[in-house]
Amino acid sequence: MTPALEIRGLKKTYKNGFEALKGIDLEVAPGSFFALLGPNGAGKSTTIGIITSLINKTAGTVKVFGHDLDTDLQAVKRSIGLVPQEFNFNNFEPIGEIVVNQAGYYGIPRREAWERCEHYLNELGLWEKRKDMARTLSGGMKRRLMIARALVHEPRLLILDEPTAGVDIELRRSMWDFLTRINTDGRSIILTTHYLEEAETLCRNIAIIDDGGIIENTTMKQLLAKLETETMVLDLSEPPPGIPEDAPVVLRQVDELTLEADIRSGQHLNDLFRVLDQAGIRVQSMRNKSNRLEELFIRMTRNGQSPSHLTPGASGASEQPENQA
Amino acid sequence: MSSTHLHHYWTAFRTIVTKEVLRFARIWVQTVLPPVITTALYFIIFGGLIGERIGEMEGYRYMDFIVPGLIMLAVITNSYSNVVSSFFGSKFQRHIEELLVSPIPNSVIILGFIFGGVARGLSVGVAVLLVSLFFSPLSIHNPLVMLVIVLMTSILFALAGLINGVFARTFDDIAIVPTFVLTPLTYLGGVFYSISLLPEFWQGVSMLNPILYMVDAFRYGSLGHSDFPIAMSFAIIAGFIAVLYGTALVLLNRGVGIRS
Repeated sequence: MTPALEIRGLKKTYKNGFEALKGIDLEVAPGSFFALLGPNGAGKSTTIGIITSLINKTAGTVKVFGHDLDTDLQAVKRSIGLVPQEFNFNNFEPIGEIVVNQAGYYGIPRREAWERCEHYLNELGLWEKRKDMARTLSGGMKRRLMIARALVHEPRLLILDEPTAGVDIELRRSMWDFLTRINTDGRSIILTTHYLEEAETLCRNIAIIDDGGIIENTTMKQLLAKLETETMVLDLSEPPPGIPEDAPVVLRQVDELTLEADIRSGQHLNDLFRVLDQAGIRVQSMRNKSNRLEELFIRMTRNGQSPSHLTPGASGASEQPENQA
Repeated sequence: MSSTHLHHYWTAFRTIVTKEVLRFARIWVQTVLPPVITTALYFIIFGGLIGERIGEMEGYRYMDFIVPGLIMLAVITNSYSNVVSSFFGSKFQRHIEELLVSPIPNSVIILGFIFGGVARGLSVGVAVLLVSLFFSPLSIHNPLVMLVIVLMTSILFALAGLINGVFARTFDDIAIVPTFVLTPLTYLGGVFYSISLLPEFWQGVSMLNPILYMVDAFRYGSLGHSDFPIAMSFAIIAGFIAVLYGTALVLLNRGVGIRS
């Protein structure tokens, strides 16, 4: 099957000499929900900018569903819907018109454009606000507006650059449901995000980009399998009678009612339960100490010097545009 | 090019023009009303109060003489400022990306912005014409010449505004050309006087000013008087349009000011 996206030897050097991409190769299967992760300035936004023809590449090829960016640009553009990282609509325009105009740019007649606009704004809970100026929307509504706008020409590949930045958890989850639904319907999705929990929840495939190069490109399952040790936090209902020292699972006491347990690759939770049972430790609840993908991400990028904001509960500060470099 | 493509481009063109028209119509107090008020003041002060003392200009009442020039002044400045502010605004707010990611050829983007500018130029021109009726009777010598000249002039300055918008990086950049180039050229382009009043040297200098030919040709369409052959004015305007359109197309194709 023709890949949704095929990138070969993609390079980008900005006028100031900054080499943002150093010859990356990337392939995204059709129908996949693909995460493109990387620290700030790694090259994610440059890659997306080139795919969507907002940034000129220095070298390499980009194909979207087999259409070459250099020779069949119009077909590439028709295949892609972009939800950019930063708000890029006219704040002084009603949101219905923003979506309908975008359809018009793709040659969709106005009546049909309004029908599609109604469909997607309804799906994203914005139809009632179609006559409101975009500047009056909340941050979350603005994000949803950009998703509706990106979908109105019904692209086969949707690219979302930090789509849930600054969105509260409830709304984020409803957006996850929506994105999962349209992916299930057959649309390919590429997602960049700082919320690693988001990538782990939504995406089946993942590539990690760092310092202008792809350092990992695999399935989420295979990537997570690389995690050698996973730390679980155990909340106890009563102080433990003692901590077994030679048990197959390493236990540490954090405070009177909290333990940490390191589960190595190849071990099972059953091993932990057995140790706890034998030691007479009564556990009330249990959770991962940190997001598994986050652990891996920090280890793999920039020699473990990952920025502090790359956490599952990050505040959503948006990434600096890489083309400023 | 297939008929499907043409139909898509036509829809895209109409979308850009509609968006541009709605943009200036929504803020008509900022876009349409001020030039109408300013021109009404010109009519009262220059045409009415001072004009009475000037007497005739080239055989016409001074008020009647300046009406075509003031209409052209309004058309030129509004066609220009509509496109420059809209295009720069779309860069500033980044919604130019809505156009850049979509499959619209740059030629259609240019035409869309041009006709948005023409729509505002002509709207203000018609409003000024209506205001002029309070001061001077409607005078039409050759309606076709009037219409074609005003349309071509509007296209020309819409293109110039687009090129200014492409290069502009700050709000200062979109004010410099209108203030320091466009306004002096327009005022020295025979709006308020006939160049036959100037000494020979300054007549020669004035003839380098393209706006002179536009005002002159429009005045011919209105009053039947011109200082230059009409065909020459058409040729000069058409030449400028061709050069500016080519420049705008090359700039957008290269992504100047809009792509990294």
